[in-house]
Amino acid sequence: MAIPATPISRPLEGEVPAFLARVTAAQWGEAARNVRERGGRLVAVWGADRREAGAAFSIYAAYALEDGLSILDLGLDGDERYPDLSGLFPCASRMQRAVHDLLGLVPEGAADLRPWLRHDAWGPGDFPLRREFDPEGVRAGVPAAYPFVRVEGDGVHEIPVGPIHAGVIEPGHFRFSVVGEKVLRLEERMGYTHKGIDRRFGDFTVAEGYRLAGRCSGDSTVAYAWAYAQAAESVLGIAAPPRARWLRALMLEAERIANHLNDLGFLGNDAAFGFALAQFSRLREDWLRLCDGLFGHRLMMDRVVPGGVAADIDDEACRRMAAASESIESESRALREIFDEHSGLQDRFITAGRVEPGLARALGLIGLAGRASGQALDLRVDFPVEPYTRVAVAKAVHPGGDVAARVRVRFAELFESLRLVRKFLAGLPAGRIRVELAAPRPGAFGVGWVEGWRGEVFVAIEAGEGGRIRRAHAHDPSWQNWPVVEHAIMGNIVPDFPLINKSFNLSYSGEDC
Amino acid sequence: MIPIMLKILRTGLVTEPAPRPREEWRVRASEIGDEILALLGRALVIREVDAGSCNACELEVNALSNPYYNIDGLGIKLAASPRHADMLLVTGPVAKNMEQALRIAYEQMPAPKLVVAVGDCGRDGGIFGAGYATCGGVSKVLPVDVVVPGCPPPPIAILEGILAAVARRAR
Repeated sequence: MAIPATPISRPLEGEVPAFLARVTAAQWGEAARNVRERGGRLVAVWGADRREAGAAFSIYAAYALEDGLSILDLGLDGDERYPDLSGLFPCASRMQRAVHDLLGLVPEGAADLRPWLRHDAWGPGDFPLRREFDPEGVRAGVPAAYPFVRVEGDGVHEIPVGPIHAGVIEPGHFRFSVVGEKVLRLEERMGYTHKGIDRRFGDFTVAEGYRLAGRCSGDSTVAYAWAYAQAAESVLGIAAPPRARWLRALMLEAERIANHLNDLGFLGNDAAFGFALAQFSRLREDWLRLCDGLFGHRLMMDRVVPGGVAADIDDEACRRMAAASESIESESRALREIFDEHSGLQDRFITAGRVEPGLARALGLIGLAGRASGQALDLRVDFPVEPYTRVAVAKAVHPGGDVAARVRVRFAELFESLRLVRKFLAGLPAGRIRVELAAPRPGAFGVGWVEGWRGEVFVAIEAGEGGRIRRAHAHDPSWQNWPVVEHAIMGNIVPDFPLINKSFNLSYSGEDC
Repeated sequence: MIPIMLKILRTGLVTEPAPRPREEWRVRASEIGDEILALLGRALVIREVDAGSCNACELEVNALSNPYYNIDGLGIKLAASPRHADMLLVTGPVAKNMEQALRIAYEQMPAPKLVVAVGDCGRDGGIFGAGYATCGGVSKVLPVDVVVPGCPPPPIAILEGILAAVARRAR
């Protein structure tokens, strides 16, 4: 089911509604056109060297359709080419370039084949995800100039920024082509924080890999660990107990609250309103100290594990968290009024970095930034798992598409998450928080899909021999959203870039992995 | 303006006392007198470099600027240019794609070129280890004065590590 063009598609076990189909190259292309016509989205593209399992290379595409995820597996027997997806789904371009850098598979017909994750740490003929790749024998490639797209004409000049940026932020390179103060074009060059996570997964068992998944993007560690746990539980054929599911949701909303408090402070600060950062960073610190006291870690790292959770809370902790959510809500509501009535701040926010809903849809903008451009997508509402099935989550959607809209959506989601925290605390079921893990069957495949604070996090796992991970892939929503930032800045002035960029607050590490 | 002023007044001063330097984290043992904190009367300027972290360490370094830790109040500034910096505060396992940029930042820094490696990744590569894409810790690339363990280390630990490195300059 799910995609008519694919003949055999089987549902995957577990919490996420997902179907896996093995397809031919012709079906691969037809399915992509079909998904596009039906208004579906491309979630992730990754590849695998499955020669160890007696197969060949595989290229995978995960699509979101109205009934859940459809994952296509195209086996490339003796071939290293597959039909390009970027002509239909622009966000596929960088994912396909990454697949080429790591595995050497070529998207036939793609317009852009420049390296993406490969700078010069390994050579153009070395593919780290191939079995024969020897990390000890890798020789640095020859540093080569990256061919940026040039903009030419009277008065046009380039401003190169990064990889090290001015503030305490992640590294990446931005190449602005400007006339005077006005940005004609921005081109991003990423990959600086590439850590080889996909290959590193192979050093862990399915039971252990959650720690690595939780470090793809530290600000979304709960979302990643939960998505990983969903995939692992699907592979292992087990389910987390009810109390663990509620505690996972509690931590996911706590993570959303911490990040939204952070961003609201920095958004004010980037518009020269230091008061906002002082206030919101104080509230964030209060919240992180509370999380530390309750769950034993400020960011709740390694607290969501396959089979359940690694931290429980008692009634007294529930009361403390509920009280803290009340006080943060009342303070944040007062601060929102100050934001709304501050003309200098609104002058910077309104119309800056606008992404119209039509463009957002065409480019595949998702998550928080997507909702602020009219894309009403939220997995907590569209494909709710327990306990989201028990609470009606209000989607925060705004058609504005500018910095102001992204600020509004953050405030709305902050208040909604604070409400959800209280709901989850009040309804927390009793019982155990973790189940024993069985041994995975080699070849078992499972996925996880979680609406993190930034957008949807996707994880796929294939088990190997002896409980090990044969292949795991973690996907950050920043893959979809980074290319849209290039459009958001067009026609704006250079000094507004930090503000516009912060309003998206995308992950470099999550995308570079 | 009035609501802003009222909010500031009602919030009051929440800044907490600064910690003592964490001596046991010092890579190079040396004797340090009690007078070292007096050095914070001068500004210490830090250039933070993310050399491939997962961004959790950046969250905790940024938290140092919140009103509870208030490092600006201690005379510690985070600078944009390494040419203005006394110290590099480095996070991450040093991704090979960041190795060159990190070396250039270090070369550009004037003496005394203090280096603090933050987090388990900065210490030895952490969970990422050393591989085709990672160097396996800051000390593989630069001389490191102080290592702050943790994943991520909480802000107070990072501040203790910074002070331990500053104390080295007191000699």
